[in-house]
This record gives sequence, C-alpha cells and structure tokens, in this order.
Amino acid sequence: MAVLEGEADHSLLSDFDEKEVKRFYESMELARSFDEKALHLQRQGRLGTYASIRGQEAIQVGAGLALQPSDWWFPAFRDIGISIIRGLPLKNLFFYWSGDERGNVIPPNQNDFPIAIPVGTHIPHAVGAAWGAKIKGDPIAVLVTFGDGATSKGDFHEGMNLAGVFSLPVVFLCQNNQWAISVPRSRQTASQTLAQKAIAYGMTGVQIDGNDVFGVHQTTKAALEKARKGGGPTFIEAVTYRMGDHTTADDASRYRSSEEVKEWEKKDPILRLKQYMKNKNWWTQSYEDQVNQNSQNRILEAVKEYEESPPVDPGEIFDYVFEKPTPDLVEQKKIFRKKK
Amino acid sequence: MEKLTLVQAINLALKEEMASNPNVVVMGEDVGKDGGVFRATVGLLEAFGEKRVIDTPLSETGIVGAAVGMAAYGLIPVVEIQFLGFIYPAMEQIISHAARLRTRTKSRYHCPMVIRAPYGGGIHAPEHHSESSEALFFHVPGIKVVVPSTPSDARALLKSAIRDPDPVLFLEPARIYRSIKEEIKGDGLVPLGEARTAKTGKDITLIAWGAMLQVALKAAEAVQKEGIEAEVIDLRTLYPMDTDKIIESIKKTGRGVIVHEAPLKGGLGGEIAAVIQEKALLYLEAPVSRVAGFNTAIPLPKMEQFYLPNPEGIVEAIHRTLCF
Ligand SMILES: Cc1ncc(C[n+]2csc(CCOP(=O)(O)OP(=O)(O)O)c2C)c(N)n1
Repeated sequence: MAVLEGEADHSLLSDFDEKEVKRFYESMELARSFDEKALHLQRQGRLGTYASIRGQEAIQVGAGLALQPSDWWFPAFRDIGISIIRGLPLKNLFFYWSGDERGNVIPPNQNDFPIAIPVGTHIPHAVGAAWGAKIKGDPIAVLVTFGDGATSKGDFHEGMNLAGVFSLPVVFLCQNNQWAISVPRSRQTASQTLAQKAIAYGMTGVQIDGNDVFGVHQTTKAALEKARKGGGPTFIEAVTYRMGDHTTADDASRYRSSEEVKEWEKKDPILRLKQYMKNKNWWTQSYEDQVNQNSQNRILEAVKEYEESPPVDPGEIFDYVFEKPTPDLVEQKKIFRKKK
Repeated sequence: MEKLTLVQAINLALKEEMASNPNVVVMGEDVGKDGGVFRATVGLLEAFGEKRVIDTPLSETGIVGAAVGMAAYGLIPVVEIQFLGFIYPAMEQIISHAARLRTRTKSRYHCPMVIRAPYGGGIHAPEHHSESSEALFFHVPGIKVVVPSTPSDARALLKSAIRDPDPVLFLEPARIYRSIKEEIKGDGLVPLGEARTAKTGKDITLIAWGAMLQVALKAAEAVQKEGIEAEVIDLRTLYPMDTDKIIESIKKTGRGVIVHEAPLKGGLGGEIAAVIQEKALLYLEAPVSRVAGFNTAIPLPKMEQFYLPNPEGIVEAIHRTLCF
C-alpha cells in the first residue's frame, strides 16, 4: 500500500533530482492529455479509430527517456507516449489516427519506424536493425515495444532467438497490460511470467512494475547501455494495465469487470508519481495547472495544424511503390489523373 | 571468361557485388560453412567473413523480418530461402513489410534487399521442393520478381537485383542450375524489366521464363523441321514485365503461346494473354494459348513428369494455334 501512497522504498531509488522527476511527470501528463484529446476528437468524428495508452504512461515515458537520439525504436500501435518523447510532431499522430498517410512519415533526424499494425511483426525488424548496427560497428541500441499478445506470435520467438544467438544490441520491452483485446494474459501463455521466456533464448529477462516510472527508466536505461556496449539483448516485462478500451471501436466491459479496472485505477502511474512529488514538496496545484496548460496549448496547436492541413494529392499513391515507378504505375497514374 | 553453370554464375555475381560494396550481406540457412545446399554461396564465408556471410538459425520469418530491419539500417541483405516452398512462413514479412516499407513511409525508409530462392520442378526433390509460386509475388505491389534462364543472365540480373533500391525476389530455376554451361560475357548488367528474344521467328511467339525457356526452345526446334518459325521470348523479369517486347513480337507473328510450370489458373499466362488482347487484339490470328501445370499440388518425383510442361505439349499448342 505504501507504493500507492507514493511512498517509495528509498533504498531502491536512485537519486532522480527534482528536474528529472518533473520531466517524467510533465511527459506523462502530456501523453495523457493527448490521449484524452484524441478520444474526444474520435467521439466528435474528427479522428478515426484510436488506441488509448491510459495507464501505460510510466512505461512509455520511462523507456522513451532512456533512449538516446542515435538509438532506434520500433513501436507497436499503442505507443504514443514514446513517440511524443522521440519528437514525432503531435500533428503526425493525429494524421496517423485519422487515416492520413503523412502520419507514417518519420522526421529525417529520428531513427524510428512507423507503427506496425500486424501484431509482433516489427520485432524481427528491430532485431535486423540491431544486427545492422553490430555489423557496422555503430555503438547504438535498438528498443522494440509490444504487448503481451505479441509474445504469442512466431515473430517474437524468431526475433528473440536471433537476438540471443547473435548477441545483438536490442532491448525487447513488453508492455504486459493484461489484455489482448478480450483475451487475458493467462490465455496467451501457460508460463508463469513473460519475463521467464528470455531464459530459453539465452538472454536476461526481468519483470518490473510498469507503473513505476523510476523503475522502468532505470531498467531500460541499463539494458540499453548494456546493449550499446556489446553486452547483448535484454527482455523486459513491464507489468501494467490498459485502463481504457482496446480501441475506440471496442467495449471492454463485455469481457472484464469494473472491479478489476477500479483496482488498477488506484495504481494509476500519474497519481503515484504525483503522490511522490507531494511527499517531496515538489508539487503544487499551480504547478499542475501550469503543466496542464502547457500540454493543452501544444495539443491544440497540433489539432489546428492537423485540421488545417491541405489534403494530400491522391496521385501520390503511385509515387512511392518503387524508387522509380514501373511502366504500369506510370500508365495507371495517367489514367487516374484523367478520370479525376 | 570461362564457362560457368547457372549456379556458378550466381556465386560469381554474389562475389563481385560483395567485393564492390561492403554493405552487401549474405544470410540464410546453411549459406556459410556449407556454401548453400546448392553451393550458390560457396567460398563467400572464406572471402568475406562471418559478419557478412551469416549462417542463420532455421527461421524464415526471422531471417526475412530481420533483413527488413537491416535494409532500413543501411545494409543490403541478400537472403537465401533454401527452397521456394519454404518461403511461406515469411510471406507476411515480404508482403506486409518488405514490399510496403517505401510506400508507407513515403520513401523515408526503403528496403533494398534480395530474396533468392531455388524454384520449380524437375529435380526429383521431395514434397514442397518444386514450387513455382511466382504469381503470388507478382501480385504484390512493391516487390520485383526476377527469373534468369541462362548463366550469363543469372549473373547480370542478380547484380542488378542487388543494386536495385527496392526488394527483389530472385527465383532460380533449380532444374537448370547445372544443366547448361555458358561463357560469361563482359560484366554487363541486365536492367530489370527487360525481356530478351532468345530466338527470332515470324510465325508464332512463345513466351517463357526459367527452366521452361529450354523446353520452349526445344519445341521451337521441333516445329522448325515442319517449316514453322517460332519466336521465343525469355521474360527474365516477371515484374515489372516487358510487355512492349511481347506486343512487338505478337504484332509480327499474330499468334502466341505462353508456357509456365506454375498451375494454369490464376497463373501469369492469364495476365500475359490479357495484356496481348488489350494491346494487340487486331493483330491476332488466333486466341492466345497457355501451356502450364495443373491446378494440383506439384506431384512427388515419380509423377512430376506428368505435371510439367514438355516440348510435345508445346508443339501441340503451336499446331492448335496455327490451325485455328
Ligand atoms: C497479426 C495480427 N492479428 C490480429 C490483429 C488484431 N489485433 C489488433 S491488436 C490485438 C491485440 C494485441 O494485444 P497485445 O499484443 O497485448 O497489445 P495491446 O493491444 O494490449 O497493447 C489484436 C488481436 C492484428 N493487428 N495483427
């Protein structure tokens, strides 16, 4: 219960100073505000289907802030917290979730992949990038994030296996949010934990509290550093909870109890961090208001940019299939132009 | 230059491209110490070391998926899938990721990789070793499909495939890996997307690729004795397809027979026939014929001769088309 009151075990805590803790808090707050805004816009018909990260902010902020700019990151579809920290313009996130292809374009200075929609298939990509880094001798690390459902896929196992065999600089971060749509963790695997799967692939596996931003940050940072130094891969299972529906197209009350949700609401990572900050006298109401105001301003600015952007030229669909369009793409584009 | 078989020509192309570009990496099952089950990668490990010639675990999805990440990171992975029949676990990685990476990121990332696989029947191999599923890949936007049918072309096309900035599926006709030897001329590259006239003629056009080219040439030789001059076109690249060359030949001959060892229905023969009727209908003297495999699984070795197109079947189709 001490944890729920924001009472950290100080013997385990490394000394995050006020500035760092505030950075965690402000990033988590921004992610949550963004999430709320996206849900509103979806309900108003101004955004398409959206996958909420509510409850998973500590993992995403803790891990996101552990990455260095030269590292690579391979996201799943429930990862806007890390996207924001990595510097993806917020308007791109709105583009993506409104079905606008511009949302998939990663800025040139950012080494991240766009979201993978097929569950788990991006795991081998991360392994391949890590392999590339090892072959080229670049001292970078790769982070790949995914859910508990993804651990049931072959891609996960083949990726873990390759990373283990070739000792690749990659960190596998599983956000075990207990549910894969309506299927509970207990239906994904009969193993007691997900972390123990690492043993079979010859790498370190750790299970951590995914609602503890300090723990997530420390663990991920250490794993990434180990990877950068040639120490090989790590698998991290961060235990958390998806507080919202699977997506805006889902109704989670069909398959899980409100008691369960209520229990986890008490462990809300933002609430916890706030309690901790209060105990340290680092939190005031006016600070919270100011943080919230800053988030709102950034988000509203992004909504404006997103909604006021001119539409994409649909002829573009022919332009990026190959570096040089093949003769039939040239022909099809001509016909398409005439029809329009 | 000395005479080489098709598989030796592939080996040569790999050696040359690896020597000229340090980013080219060869990976797959048994490609290192063993030099590949068909010996296509023999000597590469010794020449380029373990970092660039990687014996992987048995893991088709993992290998192709990792190659996508490697390619995005700046390498050019040349992946060997031991037989085309074992590529299916990696289909998702090929279709959903390799072929789409450029499109979905508006060229922010792209996927310069080559997937090599021996394909086709006639080698008396066990089940799943004789697949000819090129049409599956032809249908996928974002991937090129290349099939050489001579040693010189194998070398030249593979070099072009490795230098291509987009993913290429390079299908190697296992049946003719060692059956033809040829002096490899020059160091010319054959551009992807350009077909070749293997034999000129004025009466009928035969269109083929891979191991079927030799079969089509035999049929052309057979009808020559009756005074029928068949033109034989080797497609070389299936996607993008050199339809200009096909149409040009059909306009000259007025008749066409397409030969492939893949199952008839939904095969590329249908696609080629459609292009011909769209672009050269008024030049046609007869319907275009197709000689192809059945829509059955490719039989085990004892029966595969009944499945695979042979010169007699092609000769029959030529007669049918000429007497229409
Ligand atoms: C290969 C594949 N199968 C099914 C789906 C449909 N689907 C989307 S999300 C999801 C559940 C994923 O669960 P998990 O990996 O735990 O991630 P979470 O949604 O909990 O973040 C499913 C079944 C998909 N996108 N991809």
